[in-house]
Order: sequence, then structure tokens, then C-alpha cells
Amino acid sequence: MAKKQKKKRNWLVTSLLILGSLVILFPLYLTINIALKTPQEMGEPLLSLPNEWRFQNFADAMELTNFFSAFTNSFIVTTAVVVLTVLSNSLVSYAIARNMHKGFYKALFYYFVSAMFVPFPIIMLPLVRQTAIWNMDNLFGLIVLYIVFQLSFNVFIYVGYIKSIPVELEEAAVMDGASSWGIFWKVIFPLLGPMNATVAILTALYAWNDFLLPLVILTDPADATLPLTQYIFQSEFSTNYNLAFASYLLAMLPMILVYLIAQRWIIGNVTRGAIK
Amino acid sequence: MKSRQRTFLLMTIPALVLFFFFHTFPLLQGVFYSFTNWRGYGEWDFVGFSNYLNVFQDMRAWSAYGFTFQFAIVSTILVNIFALLIALGLNAKIKFQKTLRAVYFLPNILSILIVGYIFQFIFTLFLPQIADFLGINALATNILGSPDYAWIGVVIMAVWQATAFNVILYLAGLQTVSEDVYEAAAIDGARPWRRFWSITFPMIAPFFTINMVLALKNFLMVFDHIIALTGGGPGYATESISVLIFRGGFEGSQFGYQSANAVIYFIVIVAISIFQLRVLQKREVQQ
Repeated sequence: MAKKQKKKRNWLVTSLLILGSLVILFPLYLTINIALKTPQEMGEPLLSLPNEWRFQNFADAMELTNFFSAFTNSFIVTTAVVVLTVLSNSLVSYAIARNMHKGFYKALFYYFVSAMFVPFPIIMLPLVRQTAIWNMDNLFGLIVLYIVFQLSFNVFIYVGYIKSIPVELEEAAVMDGASSWGIFWKVIFPLLGPMNATVAILTALYAWNDFLLPLVILTDPADATLPLTQYIFQSEFSTNYNLAFASYLLAMLPMILVYLIAQRWIIGNVTRGAIK
Repeated sequence: MKSRQRTFLLMTIPALVLFFFFHTFPLLQGVFYSFTNWRGYGEWDFVGFSNYLNVFQDMRAWSAYGFTFQFAIVSTILVNIFALLIALGLNAKIKFQKTLRAVYFLPNILSILIVGYIFQFIFTLFLPQIADFLGINALATNILGSPDYAWIGVVIMAVWQATAFNVILYLAGLQTVSEDVYEAAAIDGARPWRRFWSITFPMIAPFFTINMVLALKNFLMVFDHIIALTGGGPGYATESISVLIFRGGFEGSQFGYQSANAVIYFIVIVAISIFQLRVLQKREVQQ
């Protein structure tokens, strides 16, 4: 009987989930719909499809938000943060994981991890001053801060994962005369594959979508990232919904495209990150 | 062996230095400024604990704490209920499993700020239009404009965006439960409801704990949602603690005062997280 159940698909649950997914898809449908309409059509029922697709909205929005500059900034920051975070955070976690029996490293572990509970507003005010004085109120400063702020969570998940990798693998490499750096890059780092992917995905989402840090840190408008341009755009052109929605869509599109292409892989890796 | 230890140190020191200068050092400064009357510029004096005492007498701060807690508790509960239900559904033997998983995770990749703007449009223009059309007068006004109901709008948007991540964590938890246990229970005649409470839920208890703690902590720090949806209004009805510290500190020249508020906020979050962990983990052990 149990076998039989295994094969039967649960259609009730399937239908409920499909119904529920409409709640998620609907705001996105509305966004695309409005991004393609003309201001005149806003007087008609909002759900109705556009009479004619107005792609000019995208071109106008790109010009008004300086899209390519913001896109480049977001892209540079996200790429740099993802690469440097994966390389540096895994390295630190390795040193900590392999020395947890020593007081210094154990203390270091708890020091980093406990910072997860420090709310950003408490460091926000002094940090803004500090970055301004140290000439870090720019994209470089943003990159450094993202790497530092992700460290707590990443050390937490990396250390757990590295502990599950047998030390014997490294001992063999030591016998062959590999240095500690060599062991990390040649033995450990490749074994961290799934965890590196998880950290890379979560870091990319955070760096691409974050709004508060660019808002308080960046002083030069030319440095603005995509979420920041949406904020400025919204306060200046809030009356033209078609342009605003075209602009929102443009800002979200790169992540949505990456997601559509790699979604199975992304979900799989985030789940794997959660188990450890 | 000695060189190996030196290498380990070299691996950690740069990160430690950076972390100290860009995380701990600002934190210490924040605590320091909380005892001064600094405005963010100009001269300042030590004022002892008077900032702290003033926060307790500040109606705007009380209102911010009230709103933030109301919002965070309701959102945490809703997110966990929805996330658990969706995860159970997605873990069942359903058709289109991979597509449905992809759809349900989608909100997690979107910027909260932009999702907030889209929901603001839905609440201000779309819902009133629909309600008008259907003749439901109660819903014909924009709830974000009402001091009593605006917080519900923030909850709806926050739950819509945040549920996805918790679904992923619950799914990870459900995958650790082995199929054999259910088969044994089915043979013993356990009904689905009983199977859930006696087997599934206890087995995924650690995931429940981590979801509750993370969700509450994140919602207590709510910022982007507020900026995009209500700007803290109407009046100060939806001003969260983060927004208040940001506004007061940068725009209101209350650097020292808001630093004291931030320290209180920090203590509150740590206390709640520890309390939650203790209570929820005790539950785990009993079962």
C-alpha cells in the first residue's frame, strides 16, 4: 500500500500550489503590464493588456535613471564582492575550523559569529563618518564593507562545513610536501564547491539588492547603484507610473534573467547551504 | 609545524583587522557617542545617561518600538505558517515540482525596495480600483494612508517577499526526514494530521528554531520596506526603529541621542534572540 501511495501524484496539493503561485506571479504581471502601457492607458482598468506595447518607456527610463552607469556600478560591486568574499571568507573559516581546539581561534569564531546580532543602525552613524574621513565613501568602500558584513554568517556556515571534511585528506598532502596554502587551494577549496556556490549566490543577491548601505555611504551621484537610482527616480518622477515601472523592471531584469537560466542550480545550492 | 601555525595566523589576521576596523570599531564609537550630546558635527559634551533616559520618555521612540514589534511578531508568525505549508506542499509528490519551487523562490531574488514600490502602487491604485469595481466600499481607500491599518500593508508586502527564504530552509529540513518513518507510521494507521505533529514537526524542530530567530531578527531591522511603502507615515504610524535612527541621526542632528537609541535597540535584539533560542531549543530537546 505504501508503494502505491508513492506513485500517486497529489493533485489537490498541486492545484493549491498553482493557485498560491498566482499570488507571487500577479505583482510581476502587473509590473510588466504597466511598464508597457502609455500614461493615457492608465485611465483604463489596470489589469487590461496594453493596446500597443510601448517599448519607448524602457528607453526613456534608461535615460532618466542613467541606467548604464548604475548597472556598471552594481555589476562591479557585486562581482568584486562575490569573488573576494568567497576567496577570503573560506580561507579565514578554514584557519578557524582546523584550530577550534585552540582558545584564540575559538574566541575568534564566537567574536565573528556574535556580530550577526548587531543591528546595522548601531554602527551606521559612526561608519558613515569613518568612511568619509578615510575616503571610502565610494564604490571601493562599499565593496570592503559588504565583504566585512558578510563574514559573520559565512564563517558560521563555512566552519560547520569544513569540520565535516576529514583531516586525513590534508595529512596525505602534507606527506607529499604541500604547504599550508597549497593544501587550502588544492585540497580544501575545491571540496568546498557547493558551499562556495551557496555563499556566492547569497552574497550576490545581497550586494545587488541592498539599498541602505549605498544610501548612507555613497556621496558621488555617479557611484549610484541600481536600487539607489530607483529611490532617487521615485522621488522625482513618481507621477509617471509607466516610466517608473519600466525602470523597476530594468533594475530587476539582470537578476531575473540569471535566475531563469540557473534557477534549479540556485535553489539546489541554497538548500544544501541550509542543511549544514 | 611552527610555520604551519604562522600560515594559519596569516590567513586570519587580515580579516580580523578589517572586521575590527569596519565593524567593532564603529560599534564602540556608537556606544561612546551615546553618552554625548553630539549632533554629528561641531562640539560636544558628555551627558552621562541622559540620552538613555530621554529615549524612554520619547513618544516617537515608543511609537517606533510599538510599530516595529507589532509588525515583526505578526510577520514572523505569518511567514513561518506560510513557509511551512508551502514547503510541505512542495515536498509532497506533486506535478511541476521544479517549476513550482522556482516560482515560490522568486520573490527572494527581488530587491525589497522595488517590491515595496510595486506594492505601494497595488495598495494606492490597484486595490481601490478593484474594490470600486466590485462595490466593496470598505476596501476602496488606500490602507497605507490610514494610521490604523498602514502596518497591515507593510506586513503583507514583507510576508510576500520573505516567505521564499524560509520555504528553502524548511524544504532543507523536510529532506532530512526519511521516507521509512512515514511508511511505518502509515502502517500503524496514523492519519496525516497526526503524522505531521508526531513525526514531521519534531524532526524539523531545529529548522523551525532557526527560521523563527532569523525571521524575527530580520523583521526587527525593517528599513527598505518602510522607505518604499509609507516613508514611515501617515504621521509616524509606520516608522520603524531603523528608520527613526536613520532620520534622527542624519537629518535631525541627533547623532548622540540616536546612538543611545541604537544601543538600546541592540540590547533588545540580543535579549530577544537569546530568549527565543533558549525557549525553542528547550522544546526541541523535550521531543
